[in-house]
Amino acid sequence: MENNNRIIEIKHLKKYFQTKKGSLRAVDDVSFDIKKGETLGLVGESGCGKSTIGRLLIRLLEATDGEIIYRGENLRDLSFEGMRRMRREMQIVFQDPYASLDARKSIFQSIGEPLRVQKICKTQKEYEKRVYELMSLVGLTRRLANSYPHELDGGRRQRVGIARALALNPSFIVLDEPVSALDVSIQAQILNLIQDLQEELGLTYLFISHDLGVVKHISDNIAVMYLGKLVEKGDYQSIFTNPLHPYTQALLSAVPVPSIDIEQKRIILEGDVPSPINPKPGCRFAGRCMYRQEICDQKEPELREYMTGRLVACHFAGQVGKD
Amino acid sequence: MSDKKKILEINDLTIHYMTIDGTVRAVEDLNLSLNVGETLGLVGETGAGKTTSVKAIMQLLPHPPAKVLSGEILFKGEDILKKTKREMRSIRGEKISMIFQDPMSSLNPVMTVSKQIEETIKLHNPKKSKKQIKEMADAMLETVGIKAERSTDYPHQFSGGMKQRVVIAIALACNPELIIADEPTTALDVTIQAQVLELMKKLREMHQTSMIMITHDLGVVADICDQVAIMYSGEVVEHGNRKHIFHNGLHPYTKGLFNCIPNLYEDERRLRPIKGLAPEAYNRIEGCRFHPRCPSAMEICVKENPLTIEVEPGHTVKCHLYKEGMSFGE
Repeated sequence: MENNNRIIEIKHLKKYFQTKKGSLRAVDDVSFDIKKGETLGLVGESGCGKSTIGRLLIRLLEATDGEIIYRGENLRDLSFEGMRRMRREMQIVFQDPYASLDARKSIFQSIGEPLRVQKICKTQKEYEKRVYELMSLVGLTRRLANSYPHELDGGRRQRVGIARALALNPSFIVLDEPVSALDVSIQAQILNLIQDLQEELGLTYLFISHDLGVVKHISDNIAVMYLGKLVEKGDYQSIFTNPLHPYTQALLSAVPVPSIDIEQKRIILEGDVPSPINPKPGCRFAGRCMYRQEICDQKEPELREYMTGRLVACHFAGQVGKD
Repeated sequence: MSDKKKILEINDLTIHYMTIDGTVRAVEDLNLSLNVGETLGLVGETGAGKTTSVKAIMQLLPHPPAKVLSGEILFKGEDILKKTKREMRSIRGEKISMIFQDPMSSLNPVMTVSKQIEETIKLHNPKKSKKQIKEMADAMLETVGIKAERSTDYPHQFSGGMKQRVVIAIALACNPELIIADEPTTALDVTIQAQVLELMKKLREMHQTSMIMITHDLGVVADICDQVAIMYSGEVVEHGNRKHIFHNGLHPYTKGLFNCIPNLYEDERRLRPIKGLAPEAYNRIEGCRFHPRCPSAMEICVKENPLTIEVEPGHTVKCHLYKEGMSFGE
């Protein structure tokens, strides 16, 4: 049934970092699921906890509390060995292809590394064949096999990062700002590649980005985060045509549109994102929200289903931002 | 139009970097002009020569390896390239000032923000008393939306958006006639970017300041610029006002750039990227520099670099597809 469709599900996931000033709540009680073959876009501004979630999902960071269920199995119960096996299934592509590749390994070695670590290939011949196969899959010519990362431009380096992630035939990939460091013309090439690979290989993605245009383009569903909390989730079209949370509304209105015909009504938020260390009770967004009422300072709004498929965490969802 | 006063005019500017590995033709035969009170958006990808061009205006290019081979930069009719170091020092900060991309690295971490603003004011107003200068600095902070009581704080005590406001305050401290902003909001989150752009628009109106805005974000251009110049590989390939570029962009590269951006308001599930990669710095491409990536490349494009032609008043393009006198109205 519907349950079998879910490839990954997180429940009440929490990650608190202990700092000198107190407990930093990077991810605070976040739940969502991703269906097979779907792309979930996770958006939010710096420090909202989106990358932390990506890392928690594949246990590059240990969660403080909550469950991460992958195909019915709670990843947090797995042993080190168990998790190592599981990583064949789930991979990550990082933002900065300059920093995430080993400068002293050739492209061939870098792409082949996961195959060696997991002892996938029995013969050297099989190993070479697989690496070249991966290179052509991501659009890298064989000629580059013996090049080193510094010889490649950003787009090609990101292709290497993607090839590494694909090496073990995973079914789920976390893409953490994979195109943010690239120029727009290269960004478009990589976005198309990511989409093609999904179709070809039936991949499921968690696509983390701060760029709303990119997220809308690539996602089926979108989750918006603010200060460690999920504030809204829905399919990509309805989030953009009918944002329910005041933060989503402000965020969308703030994106500069490359057109001089669309008259944008810009909602300018006051102030900055507050510190996630020992946050005040009540709604996290209350301090910057123009619709704030008394209840917002006292009670934290629950993420609830406002209408079919639309989750929102606001006391006044549906009543605000319509004029 | 032509009756407006020009504040800046760049004619045939060519800048090369002479390095051990070869010559990088960073900027070639660049022509740009800016009227008083207008904002010019300089758009292009990494390595297009945007920053090199504006650093030449400020005379901030490291020499060697940078070398201005030819051309002139007229600021209010006077060639900046002919100014002495001492003359330049009195222009920088007072007449032309610059806002850099990364506010984290353009502020001095061991100096309070107020001192950093005062430094600029003091340099250009040596006769003012300490108290007067302090008052001016505080007023400047208030203008950019920072309370004067925070003037004794250090940069690390401010958030990214606030730091960029401090940088803007420093740039505006002496009420310059021309501001050069090099990707001023690229390092900021969108909601903070919206705040900073709003602030820049307000200040521009208040002081009638002219501005050059370097950006790779056509959204920012649509928001704040009157004139737009599209750069590719050291050359301006198209130049016009916002209407020309957004409604009637002609150069294949300009069109390609627009196709690369995911559209927030239209549902398009597939992007049409520009094929290939930007040319490498040391390689010299014969003919039109864009031809290896151009979907409409013709035989002539491989051989001859096109001349810049004016297709309608104020709208120039550098491409063999267009000839002077052709009609391109909407």
